[in-house]
Amino acid sequence: MVVWTDFERATITDIFSKLDYEAVGGATLARCLIVYPWTQRYFGNFGNLYNAAAILGNPMIAKHGTTILHGLDRAVKNMDNIKATYAELSVLHSEKLHVDPDNFKLLSDCLTIVVAAQLGKAFTGEVQAAFQKFLAVVVSALGRQYH
Amino acid sequence: MTCLSAKDKDTVKVFWAKVADKVEEVGSDALSRMLAVYPQTKTYFSHWKDLSPGSAPVNKHGKTVMLGVGQAVACIDDLNAGLLTLSELHAFTLRVDPANFKILSHCLLVVLSIKFPNDFTPEVHVSLDKFLAALSRALSEKYR
Repeated sequence: MVVWTDFERATITDIFSKLDYEAVGGATLARCLIVYPWTQRYFGNFGNLYNAAAILGNPMIAKHGTTILHGLDRAVKNMDNIKATYAELSVLHSEKLHVDPDNFKLLSDCLTIVVAAQLGKAFTGEVQAAFQKFLAVVVSALGRQYH
Repeated sequence: MTCLSAKDKDTVKVFWAKVADKVEEVGSDALSRMLAVYPQTKTYFSHWKDLSPGSAPVNKHGKTVMLGVGQAVACIDDLNAGLLTLSELHAFTLRVDPANFKILSHCLLVVLSIKFPNDFTPEVHVSLDKFLAALSRALSEKYR
């Protein structure tokens, strides 16, 4: 079981309370598809992903980014039980979506960078450590049901 | 070796020109973050008295590392040749596990995202990410 310090709990809750899920979600997913273009393989039905401008303006991507952030919200609200909270999502990503779990790390790196830009100086090294620990737990839970 | 496109190289050069007068600040922040977020990296600095953010050794070394990145930007057309001496240093003297290049690259990108929120667009991000990967590869050239 993951042990969270008071600082980590407070930090994670605080960060997510400040995020505009639509803006951050859309920006994060778009950035992931641009920086790691092979991730576009999972978005064949999402319309025009031809170049960075198209991706950034794509409403389906924006919407899906929001969905992802709301998914993360579930982990924020169940920090002591992320593994169980994500069991179904893990099965979904494995059996239905067939997403290579390495991609979770790529998306979480993009999220870190987008959140850093938004929080600016407040995103200190300690805050980043807590945030990345949280994302690592999320990524691990999402990969758990793969076989 | 990855081909950085002409566009990648231009993007990197233009962006790095903006970073040039902040090398110590950027380097120190990136290094501090690395030590905080990836504590295993502290093992390479057991000889420092003070590993805290903003300490003298962290500032000095952060600047050294960023000047190295700047050197790579200057020899972006042939990273292997340009970074030969640095690669030998890292291979034979420092013996830094190359996995750590990726870690520091990530921390550098986070710092750039904070300090240049408007300039660090996704297009700049991808070119920089490719460049740092190519740099890391060139730095690992002499390892074995």
